[in-house]
Amino acid sequence: MKKRKFGMALSMFLAAGTVLAACGSDEAETGNEGGNGSGGEAETSEFSVAMVTDTGGVDDKSFNQSAWEGLQAFGADNGLEEGTGGYTYFQSNNDADYVTNMNTAVRNDFDLVFGVGFLLTEAIQQVAAQQTDTNFAIIDSVAEGDNVASITFKEHEGSFLVGVAAGLTTESNKIGFVGGVESDLINKFAAGFKAGVEAVNPDAEVTIEFAGDFNNASRGQQMAAAMYGSGVDVIYHAAGGTGNGVFTEAKNLKEQDPDRAVWVIGVDRDQYEEGQVGDNNVTLTSMVKRVDVAVQDVSKRAMDGDFPGGEIIEYGIQEEGIAIAESQDNLTQEILDTIADYQQQIVDGEIEVPSTLE
Amino acid sequence: MFERFSRFQKILIPLISVVLGLIVGAIIMLVSGFNPIQGYAALLKGSLGESFYIGETIRQITPYIFAGLAVAFAFRTGLFNIGVEGQLLVGWVASVWVGLAFDLPKIIHLPMAILAGALAGALWAFIPGILKARLRVHEVIVTIMMNYIALHFCNYLIRFVISDEQNTTDRVPESASLKSPFFETLTEFSTMHYGIFLALAAVIIYYIILERTTTGFELRSVGFNQNASEYAGMNVNRNIVLSMLISGAFAGLGGAMEGLGTFGYGFIHGAFSGVGFDGIAVALLGGNVALGIVFAAALFGILKQGALIMPLESGVPTELVEIVIAIIIFFVASSYIIAYLLQRLKKGAK
Repeated sequence: MKKRKFGMALSMFLAAGTVLAACGSDEAETGNEGGNGSGGEAETSEFSVAMVTDTGGVDDKSFNQSAWEGLQAFGADNGLEEGTGGYTYFQSNNDADYVTNMNTAVRNDFDLVFGVGFLLTEAIQQVAAQQTDTNFAIIDSVAEGDNVASITFKEHEGSFLVGVAAGLTTESNKIGFVGGVESDLINKFAAGFKAGVEAVNPDAEVTIEFAGDFNNASRGQQMAAAMYGSGVDVIYHAAGGTGNGVFTEAKNLKEQDPDRAVWVIGVDRDQYEEGQVGDNNVTLTSMVKRVDVAVQDVSKRAMDGDFPGGEIIEYGIQEEGIAIAESQDNLTQEILDTIADYQQQIVDGEIEVPSTLE
Repeated sequence: MFERFSRFQKILIPLISVVLGLIVGAIIMLVSGFNPIQGYAALLKGSLGESFYIGETIRQITPYIFAGLAVAFAFRTGLFNIGVEGQLLVGWVASVWVGLAFDLPKIIHLPMAILAGALAGALWAFIPGILKARLRVHEVIVTIMMNYIALHFCNYLIRFVISDEQNTTDRVPESASLKSPFFETLTEFSTMHYGIFLALAAVIIYYIILERTTTGFELRSVGFNQNASEYAGMNVNRNIVLSMLISGAFAGLGGAMEGLGTFGYGFIHGAFSGVGFDGIAVALLGGNVALGIVFAAALFGILKQGALIMPLESGVPTELVEIVIAIIIFFVASSYIIAYLLQRLKKGAK
């Protein structure tokens, strides 16, 4: 009896092996050709760059995705192929993967490795100290090490500009700000926004609230409902996924009463699409953080042998790392002109935008 | 899980499930236009191909063993401990906290930090245990809820108590660290640490408690039939609480391995680490027996670790491994189907 069962098991394993082998043989050859191709590419181009995502993953519609788009653009501009010897990304499925992915990138001879997001700060510091021949860059945070470049953004400058838009658009003179988690980073958004509103509309009142969570859309919706209910007509959110709830509430209100003035100001990306409701759109404008520009810029500098190791680079309006969104249908030409005016003043250094609340 | 099957079937069913899972994974790769052989070759390379990857895989296996033991221990007493994730998190924070709070020689400090992790996990599991024993509140509900409390409570502790409003705590000093410079050199800077020895020791302890002591016999007996156990003079409530305590201690130890070994610090978790939940699958696949859990944890470690390099080496997305794992679990969970088919095939062969 037992012998038969063993035979059974054995034949199943063998069958599995044959099936697997049969599956692969054809494609293995084509796959190898592809492999050779990219190998050849690696000989001609001497620079390769990789990025390690945080747990949001490369399709998070936020900064991981933006960073990857930057790398793809950099690859296209410089004739790099995706894969070893060119450019690639490593997806982190949980926090323990950061160090592993960093090391794997180094072991595959990537010259520059980006860590996307402040969650990777510790990991990048640890690996950079061990792997001194490779250059690293961390986005949205500051890490120590001579071979690490820290990339941060002047979010307060962009927030100032959308604050100008809010101050000129509001009719009730009541404006809201919904932040994710109260922290130095989010306070930068709030401070710049408030300063922008006050610059053009000293009578307007800015209510600043924090959700305590970046990923709680229902909380965002509740907060937005309370704000709109109290007469607020423009809300700027710097709250990631929580901000989606702000959009939901604004769209609901717009759907019930298309004549009502409800606006949302988006963040990080151009969030025009999020605000579409029927023929109307509730997205006034968005404060865009060009992670892709920063990634391309640092990659380029590293390729040219000018890697800013040990430095903290701040991308603001002047460096084209911060901008107002390209979708401008909901802003009048007058407002756009005023924004452009203030933008010039910030670039010229005539206005110093505060980066902390009080 | 497999009590009704013969010993041979108990071993055969998980094996067949794994093979079936891999085959279905291969078919999915093929249908999606990838090469399964390249995919699995990349997976093997990324988990066992170089000393660095072996180190990372062993590091990954360590908490899986603890989480698997925790789930299995409670299961053998008839309890579903879904709260391993939460117990692991509190164990993590407690061990790091003790690591940071004291300045002692390593020979005292390290065991103290590890024990703090076990204790915290046990305490966290004690609550659902006592609720179950005294008030018959179902432990599944309580343990699931305790996970969320653990997540946010630990985040609070890390941000406002252990650190000064930071996202991470300081690194634990060398005297409380499981990090191993020897293994790091041996495996070219992998994060492998001494925790694997503790994990293997825990497997032996698990075996001895359950299979070789009177307490273990009572625990298992309660798992088989509470009424009969009570009739035989066993204290069912005491055994329920004890089982949860030991289960939680295993989970807390798993957290201590992450806190003192893999990371060396605590940090604010945006979401669950997932190790505790994977522990349920590890226990299921391992048939809740000591050796089975080691093999199941090893398989999980290899799959998860190898997945990371699959996109680069073969273009196959890491998500495929999640699918393969899900299919393996599906087949194990529906073990009766496999047993039935084996029966049929046997008859057919006659």
